[in-house]
Amino acid sequence: MDKDVIIKKINHFLIDEFEVDSDELSPDANLKETLELDSLDFVDLVVAIESNFGVKLDGEDFVGVKTLQDFYDLIEERLS
Amino acid sequence: MGRVVITGMGIYSCIGRNLEEVKKSLKEGTSGIIFDEKRKVMGYRSCLTGMVEEPNLKDKLSRRERISLGEEGNYAYVATTEALENAKIDQKYLDDHIVGILYGNDSTAKSVMESVDKIREKHDTTLVGSGAIFKAMNSTITMNLATIFKLKGINFTISAACASGSHAVGMAYLLIKNGLQDCIICGGAQEINEIAMGSFDGLGVFSVNHNDPTKACRPFDRDRDGLVPSGGGATLILESYESAVKRGAPILGEVMGYGFSSNGEHISTPNVDGPSRSMEMALEQAGLQAMDVDYVNAHATSTPVGDANEAKAIYNVFGSHCPPVSSTKSMTGHECWMAGASEIIYSMIMMQNSFVAPNINLENPDTNASKLNLVNKTLSKKIDVFLSNSFGFGGTNSSIIVKKA
Repeated sequence: MDKDVIIKKINHFLIDEFEVDSDELSPDANLKETLELDSLDFVDLVVAIESNFGVKLDGEDFVGVKTLQDFYDLIEERLS
Repeated sequence: MGRVVITGMGIYSCIGRNLEEVKKSLKEGTSGIIFDEKRKVMGYRSCLTGMVEEPNLKDKLSRRERISLGEEGNYAYVATTEALENAKIDQKYLDDHIVGILYGNDSTAKSVMESVDKIREKHDTTLVGSGAIFKAMNSTITMNLATIFKLKGINFTISAACASGSHAVGMAYLLIKNGLQDCIICGGAQEINEIAMGSFDGLGVFSVNHNDPTKACRPFDRDRDGLVPSGGGATLILESYESAVKRGAPILGEVMGYGFSSNGEHISTPNVDGPSRSMEMALEQAGLQAMDVDYVNAHATSTPVGDANEAKAIYNVFGSHCPPVSSTKSMTGHECWMAGASEIIYSMIMMQNSFVAPNINLENPDTNASKLNLVNKTLSKKIDVFLSNSFGFGGTNSSIIVKKA
């Protein structure tokens, strides 16, 4: 999947399902702080990734993911 | 022992989405019963139900709050916001005081089904999402509302079949009366969806009068053929008299007595003795005589045996000087876990506006019912004291007496 499509899809569900303000979605934004994610929200992030990309991640996959760019890269890597 | 008053009410039901709409329906004898096509597809014997749309709470609650609330929780939230507003209780008051919650609920069928279906489809439990567990537990309403409103007092759900809402009010009354809490949000809620009532429908106790849904629910009538399920949410704010006076709250009524009993017999067939004892206990608790009661809101659901036995029980307690009696289920259908709370609210509305809502569709009272003073047309009447009955599977009974403030 093209990287632009991945970014578009991720941004779409972050805005639509997680109700994140589109202005906050810069690549260097801190994922946890920007999305105000707690441990429960990570479960929903896994659900959103599975339904949008067909891949199942777990908690360990998010180790090292700090920014939104890291998140885009993680999904690109798992889809390649 | 302290005095316990009602300072707020909120309702979301098939005969109105707030107190004003419900008042109009009660006065006009409007039915909220419809034919539900989804039930036909599901193979229900009866496709009749009370119906109200699920509220959209997107502008009122955060994503985290919304994804943990199931259908019954949404109804309860709307009813509770109306009740708190009515009681003049804002978030600052809830933050600064110990306020509790006791709510009646006895199923979360749709939420359970949805999460199990998802796990079966995906073979992965994570993929049900984080809200599933908080929607599926029976205590979903109290756990969610206590979190949303940041409550700090008593916090649990009461499951007592179709008397759940009434027992929740009764337990709140006892806790406040004994000085253990000053203010409790209490009530009952009931999911309406087509998944929730399948096994109940299977017992063959629902009306199959599909030709005329609004005439299907006919408590005490000779030609009744069963109940009609329904649902929604109903919330009351119960408070100690001192607390209500101290904060200048509107005092709408005073809870005088809570009677309860268990039939000790059949799991689904009600008897006469249990309900009689429940009503007598409520009168004794209230320090009132039967003749002091101006109106009885009957549990009567429109089942042949249930209504007949309640009519006998009411006659046992009230005798030939029976006050006006009606079953608002003739309009709402059976709001099950919610009914005990909603019917106190319906009776409160009648007391505040000096009328008795009709037991619609009552054309020919049966032998037992004909001994009662049943009201089938809206009656202008001053009500100072009413008694509300709620009975449920397993033989659980609850009777609440409320006096005008």
